[in-house]
Amino acid sequence: MTENIKILIVEDSQSTRSMIRSIIEDMGEEYTVYEAENGYEALKILPTEDFNIVVTDINMPDINGLELINFLRTTPRYKDTPVIIVSTERTEKDIQRGLALGAEAYITKPFKPEEIQETINRVLQR
Amino acid sequence: MSSKKEEFVSEAEEILNSAQEFLLNLQENLEDPPPDDINALFRCFHTLKGISGLFGYDSLQKLSHTLENILDDIRLGKQPLNEATIAFLFKYGDILRKMISNPEKYEDISGMLEEIEEFRKGSEDAGTAAPGEETISDEILRVLSEYEEHRLRENIKKGKTIFSIKTTYPLADFDTELRFLTERIKKFGELISTLPTSEDIPEGHIGFNLLLATSRPQNEIEKEINTPLSVIHKGHREASRKKPAQPQKPATQAMETSLRSATTTVRVDIEKIDSILSSLGELSLIKGAINRIESELIDYFGHSSLIFDIHRINQTLSRRLLELQSLVLEIRMVPIGQIFSRLGQIIRRYSRETDKPVQIHVYGEETEIDKFIAEEVVDALMHIVRNSIDHGIESRQERLNAGKPEVASITLKAYQKGNHVIIEITDDGKGIDTERIRKKAIEKGLISEDARPDRSELIDLIFQPGFSTKDSVSEISGRGVGMDVVRDRLSSVGGFVEVRTEPGKFTTFFLTLPITLAIIKALIIKVGEYTMALPMTSISEIVLIDRDSVQSIEGNPVYNLRDEPLPLINLNRYFETSSKGSSYVVVAGIGSKRIGLVIDDILRSEDIVIKSLGSYLEGIKGFAGAAEIGKHDVVLVIDIESIIEETMRKQTRIGYTNV
Repeated sequence: MTENIKILIVEDSQSTRSMIRSIIEDMGEEYTVYEAENGYEALKILPTEDFNIVVTDINMPDINGLELINFLRTTPRYKDTPVIIVSTERTEKDIQRGLALGAEAYITKPFKPEEIQETINRVLQR
Repeated sequence: MSSKKEEFVSEAEEILNSAQEFLLNLQENLEDPPPDDINALFRCFHTLKGISGLFGYDSLQKLSHTLENILDDIRLGKQPLNEATIAFLFKYGDILRKMISNPEKYEDISGMLEEIEEFRKGSEDAGTAAPGEETISDEILRVLSEYEEHRLRENIKKGKTIFSIKTTYPLADFDTELRFLTERIKKFGELISTLPTSEDIPEGHIGFNLLLATSRPQNEIEKEINTPLSVIHKGHREASRKKPAQPQKPATQAMETSLRSATTTVRVDIEKIDSILSSLGELSLIKGAINRIESELIDYFGHSSLIFDIHRINQTLSRRLLELQSLVLEIRMVPIGQIFSRLGQIIRRYSRETDKPVQIHVYGEETEIDKFIAEEVVDALMHIVRNSIDHGIESRQERLNAGKPEVASITLKAYQKGNHVIIEITDDGKGIDTERIRKKAIEKGLISEDARPDRSELIDLIFQPGFSTKDSVSEISGRGVGMDVVRDRLSSVGGFVEVRTEPGKFTTFFLTLPITLAIIKALIIKVGEYTMALPMTSISEIVLIDRDSVQSIEGNPVYNLRDEPLPLINLNRYFETSSKGSSYVVVAGIGSKRIGLVIDDILRSEDIVIKSLGSYLEGIKGFAGAAEIGKHDVVLVIDIESIIEETMRKQTRIGYTNV
């Protein structure tokens, strides 16, 4: 895959964000990672690039992940952009809702690097 | 210490510090713990877990993780927040504090993890299960996180109303706009969710659908945020939520008690606001002093860039002061609906007791008035509605005989007019029987038998102390408090009352109240050799006196203002000062109650804070108080309302009353 793959990470915890970034960057040079600290930032960054995948947390202040997923699914430009939820197993209900809203996949924290990589590959192949 | 470790310690300490603050705050507010604080505390442990993991401190990560779980349960209502929980969290806060300073020392934390797990299990299911809420559509629920859904249900349970607020902003700066809006929204209640949307939103824009849980009235919020709301779930209002908790007192006893109560909308003690206002008044004086110095400097040194600087800064100061003033004044304002709802309760109760069914109509409940004034006049309003039911509204049979609907109606109406709020209380009862008033007045020795007062003068008699037309002391009104109390109360806050009535049809009481008492604009005038302040609130216009327009009707001076006779008061004569040649007529008062005040000169206008004259000067007529102006001068503030009242009473025959 030589095409540039752009991935947006929406996550309020800086440590998790950096971790996911380095995991994705390990996948190859064609992966470019963008970070958003919260829903507001995500909404600002989204129109600036054509993202291949959005990776989002659910529990975030103000605009939560579910609201973001709903926004993506109902906006023509982003309605086909796959979403991967990264959340704790404690938020099972939230994850279910996220999938119902149209998220492609989910990963529970704590995760292994391979889980992220495999999920991203799987989603990209669809 | 390695720099990496140092970085961790300082960050972790900061987190624990704020965690402790949230804990303290929660401990103080255990009755009604602020959800935002619980959530923030949850985030503290969440973040601590995150950075511990990042720095590789496993035991710290695990410990904060289990604590985070407890907080998660609490914020989702699965676990109660009580003293024990707070104490437990404090204890672990201390443990974490020790651990972060030396993370490697506490390798074995299995005992602690067990204890935390134990604690969590021990209080499991103690939380309250939220009831099913049918009125919230799936459309909304499906995008809420478990936490948001829990907050939504909690708020509904508490009787809050859930509003949906839809806004649209340009993509370029929506975040600042939205933050600005949400800041203001949060003043009214809890912002439950922020849902971005692109549906029906123009290109380059983004829409948001906010959910707000609040007990404040819709129009109040709409006014503040300038955005329409729609109701998602109607809660029972704050007022109706609190009242049923009070035990029903026996009717007679309850009647004696005042309607005054501290409503929750203004949570700040009004005295505090007053002291802020008085400091603001002082600041205005200082600003005045700077103004003076500035002009003196110009006189001495002419215009220089330094003086221009002073001028500019002074201008900014003025602007900020004005801003501050209006903000503080706003805090004092409450919607009149608060008063109306209390009156409504009284009306319903009297109506039951007297077996006179009454339907209440309320208009303009969103009209705002100074909290202090509202509380001052609420008892006066109570007397009026009491009188309306007792004296105005006929019995069921009388009404049917008169061909009126059996159910009477009382209308409460409020609206703003200039710097005043007008409250109208109308009943569709039998009106005021002037013949009965006349007889009663003669009986009581208020007027002589051969006096021929006209209708308006007769009606005015009901405001005389001790006047009551009911022959037998009734259960409702005859308690020695009459309409004189109403008049006194109103004039104590610079308001007045008028009556309009038609026999057999209706009686309306018009109450005119100033919007606020705090800081007012006043005209600084000269009356004879004295400088006085004339509140601008009651002034409608000022004209240069035209001697030819001064006429006399039945011995009373009037001013011919655009072919309308205006009763004239020469303030020099009124205050017994010696005029240096009067040159202006100030037209004061509103509506039908207007008079012309003859004064000598106008100096300027100024913001003043009226101070009471104190008890030993209380009896002095015609002054509302004193105020400090300019260079620490104290001037008397003219009480226009009382002068109008007095004049009207003397000159009723010229036809200035509404009756």
